[in-house]
Amino acid sequence: MSPTQSPVDNGVNVEALLGARTALTETPEGAKFTWRAKTEWLNGTHSRSTVEDFFGLGEEQRHKRIFTFECDHPEIFASEDHGATPVEMLLAALGHCLTAGVAAVAQNREIQLESVTATIEGGMDIRGILGADTDVRNGFHGIKVTYDIKADATPDEIKALVAQSQKRSAVFDAITNPTNVTVEVR
Amino acid sequence: MRVTTVIIGAGHAGLAVSHCLSARSIDHVLLERGEIANSWKRERWDSLRLLTPNWMSRLPGYTYQGADPDGYRNMPETIGLLEGYASTISAPVRTQTPVTSVRAFDDGYRVTTPHEVWECRTLVLATGACNIPRIPALAEAIPAGIHMLTAMEYRNPGQVEPGGVLVVGGSASGTQIAEELQLAGRSVTLALGEHIRAPRLYRGRDIKWWMDAAGVLNDPYDEADDLERARHVPSLQLAGSTDRRTVDINRLTGLGVRIVGKLAGIADHRAQFSGSLRNVCALSDLKMNRLLDRIDQWATEHGLDAEVEPPHRFEPTRVPDDPLLGIDLRRGEIRTVVWATGYRPDYSWLEAPVLDRKGRIRHEGGIVDSPGMYVMGLPFLRRRKSSLIDGAADDARDLSEHLARFLDHRATQNGGASSEVTFQGRET
Repeated sequence: MSPTQSPVDNGVNVEALLGARTALTETPEGAKFTWRAKTEWLNGTHSRSTVEDFFGLGEEQRHKRIFTFECDHPEIFASEDHGATPVEMLLAALGHCLTAGVAAVAQNREIQLESVTATIEGGMDIRGILGADTDVRNGFHGIKVTYDIKADATPDEIKALVAQSQKRSAVFDAITNPTNVTVEVR
Repeated sequence: MRVTTVIIGAGHAGLAVSHCLSARSIDHVLLERGEIANSWKRERWDSLRLLTPNWMSRLPGYTYQGADPDGYRNMPETIGLLEGYASTISAPVRTQTPVTSVRAFDDGYRVTTPHEVWECRTLVLATGACNIPRIPALAEAIPAGIHMLTAMEYRNPGQVEPGGVLVVGGSASGTQIAEELQLAGRSVTLALGEHIRAPRLYRGRDIKWWMDAAGVLNDPYDEADDLERARHVPSLQLAGSTDRRTVDINRLTGLGVRIVGKLAGIADHRAQFSGSLRNVCALSDLKMNRLLDRIDQWATEHGLDAEVEPPHRFEPTRVPDDPLLGIDLRRGEIRTVVWATGYRPDYSWLEAPVLDRKGRIRHEGGIVDSPGMYVMGLPFLRRRKSSLIDGAADDARDLSEHLARFLDHRATQNGGASSEVTFQGRET
């Protein structure tokens, strides 16, 4: 991959990312990251998460500031609706991850983006979480992401951006493939 | 015993190198663990045919002269091709001579076999890329009672008991085995990860003809966008057959094969399939269409449009609306699992420090990171076609040229230890 004087600028530093890929191929230990969040119950179904530090490149790292997110459930669930539901956060996380990927892949392929919008829908039968029917799963029975993308590229090139982004997405992988989850009490 | 060059493996790659070394009067020996064309004799299923047409298996000094240039060799014909070639070029093959160790020694290598020890200045590894089936670790979680076999062990449907079969992997092996078992009355589920779709025929000609003519197969390794990825692309989803049919996912779906996502896990006896099926199919369709675009462009540039059928695109891969995400393996629905999840080379005998962290040979276009050592026949070794029979000729010519220059250089240096030899220029 040669450095280019391409005028394409999606705000992604592809050279840095490719450099990191090369460096971490040589030293895979540095590639082992631990991401963290802390969630505190406030009241009812309302809780607040904070994200501050993580581990990566062999040492503790810190975000520029502490980020907080609040989740709750809407009033039709007899809640107070102080925030999005956790499943909406999950859909948003998928949208964020895929969209970051679209921008990075577009930069690497020298495609200038004008606008990118993902509309994400997840279908759910809430009899699962209510315990009303044990044959119904708790989670989504399907998630649909629809992209509207304006870019300096052919329709197939745009489809390829979206396909490649899914291929490299951590959240897409986490949702589509099983992950062992361990929950303990201290 | 001393010899200038030892070639390990007497398949098409080793034989091609042998021909090139003989032409340069470099004395050499081929050490073959079994017989010539050993893996074609013992490690392939009965109905398999080469994925490339007869005219295309060109070897140095050999081109097809038969009556069916567009056909695909079955296994006896493939074995006949290689045995005939070995005999024509009088290749100095020692059969039934498995190599048990290779070590750096003095100013070359010491190659040990059960009966003899060879010392050589130059060494060519031509043992191929497909020695050991690659089986995912989750295979251990398949419940007892389910019969498992690899694509290397599979021979014919007679080995597979009636009932359901889960074929894991959708490249050339997986799709062909899935088709054969479904046609033989089994209920096949195919777990499909990333794969490379390709039509057998396009615009009336074999896809391999197009890829050869348009130069796709000659794409050089040092110009690949992402060589790491290019070297790990799965095999084209192709089959050789008497009716030249395309065996893609749509064909399998039409036969009643159930298509599910990549086998992603087994938990509580439940096989879990990835929810990424739609994307792996989209990736593959897009990739195929980019290949067809390149072919169309080449055809226009070379004035072929009037001679061949007009350009067209194939129906996108049909993905079920709601692909199955899991199967309870205790319910008896699946009786057999076929692992068609690829192969890896076996370098257990290679005691020279030339392997990287992942056990792969460190090489630059087949020139191994150890003076006088070469490797042949790996995916995208020097060109896209390097793993094909038809790819051996150019690679063997390049590497034997390098090997000869290495020997000349050493002769003038009185056998100095480390020699730098470079290509004068790349041949195309």
